[in-house]
Amino acid sequence: MIEDIELETLINEVYEYYGFDFGSYSRASLKRRVNRVFYLDGFKHFHEFLSKVRTDEEYCKRMIDEITVNVTEMFRDPSFYLTLRKEILPLLGTKPFIRIWHAGCSTGEEVYSMAIMLKELGLLHKSILYATDINATVLETAKSGIFPLRMIKDYADNYRDSGGQEDFSDYYIANYGFAKFNESLSEKMVFSQHNLVSDTSFNEFDLIMCRNVLIYFDNNLQKRVINLFDDSLAMLGFIALGTKETIKYSISPTKYKQFDKEKIWRKIK
Amino acid sequence: MEENKIIKNCKVVIIGGSAGSLQALLNILPFIESPISFAIVIVVHRKNSDEQTLEDLIALRSKVDVKEVEDKVALKTGFIYIAPSNYHLLFEKDETLSLDTSEKINYSRPSIDVSFESAAEIYGSELIGILLSGSNSDGTVGIKAIKQAGGTTVVQNPLSAEMSFMPNNAILHASPDFILKTEEILEFLKGINQETA
Repeated sequence: MIEDIELETLINEVYEYYGFDFGSYSRASLKRRVNRVFYLDGFKHFHEFLSKVRTDEEYCKRMIDEITVNVTEMFRDPSFYLTLRKEILPLLGTKPFIRIWHAGCSTGEEVYSMAIMLKELGLLHKSILYATDINATVLETAKSGIFPLRMIKDYADNYRDSGGQEDFSDYYIANYGFAKFNESLSEKMVFSQHNLVSDTSFNEFDLIMCRNVLIYFDNNLQKRVINLFDDSLAMLGFIALGTKETIKYSISPTKYKQFDKEKIWRKIK
Repeated sequence: MEENKIIKNCKVVIIGGSAGSLQALLNILPFIESPISFAIVIVVHRKNSDEQTLEDLIALRSKVDVKEVEDKVALKTGFIYIAPSNYHLLFEKDETLSLDTSEKINYSRPSIDVSFESAAEIYGSELIGILLSGSNSDGTVGIKAIKQAGGTTVVQNPLSAEMSFMPNNAILHASPDFILKTEEILEFLKGINQETA
């Protein structure tokens, strides 16, 4: 097991050598992730691991890919998606153009979920979905729209529970254990690498989706990210977080109004 | 059983369970008098769709208040915390709870092993881990980790458990300090409560 002090050394070296700053990541989860890759790659001593990370840029990239959590699913928390479908998207639909940012999109399952809903509401043609992540490898998967077929049954259930009424299997072609989602869904998606820790705002959006990303950050970094979102959000736009996340410790409560019981906030000031 | 092991400054009692553990919890929690001199953290396997029902059920029956677990909530003495479904529950050095959506462990999220190991790292000898009924091997590694860190471990007597696999597995591979029936677990918890002792 990696000691606390070794973890801090690793964080400092990765920042010094490569500019990736994990200093504000929640330690309990980060430590588990680092230990996982340490054992996965067969290391016995911390100094060997550290020296590999320091001297081998490709390896460091792999380590970063492995320590960032990339578990996601389509229509995760159906009641949240139902609220988006029934309440939020129709409100945004009155605008001539809808700009959505999926921050920390991982392999893109939630971006495709969004595209499906926009399509069914007749809004996809006037929408643009920016999807960003710190991890370039997961963005490649997201771009391809190819997801493991074994997950599709759960996704179809989630889809129906979130108000979907079409035949879910019309949205993909199944082959060799994978489901490839239709390109008509990804036409309006733009993927790019973006680091919430160090990068700045790059556009103005009507809806920012960032679900189960802030849980990996400490309070200071959460504050920074929420303020980055605030800078990137149009008046009356929405921020949507994971079911156990909140903006309330990060920004003045008078600026945002929570939407029902869901973790969706509207910018009112 | 090490009857003589004296437990004084327990800060956290963490309880894990799977199939059949709800009944065990309901045989224990409602009979604990408030205030308590420690925090109780519950990590049980359940379906994603059951989100609120377990919290509501326990909150309704228990005299000790249930605090909702959100990301980075402070872990305070005197309350019950229940791991939300579909997240791993972790413990931070500043005595807050954090959440993680990484891969399932032992086919489970929350995983009992993950939470037990994390709690053991932070609370060491001030931690008591209790493993209840279940039909999966989750929890055994966690019980080991708590023992190793100097904490106290309790496993439900498999004879009194609806599903004996989980407690049996832990008894076999992690030799817990105590093997107790639910009513004995209740007495044990009453005994370590400094508030009423």
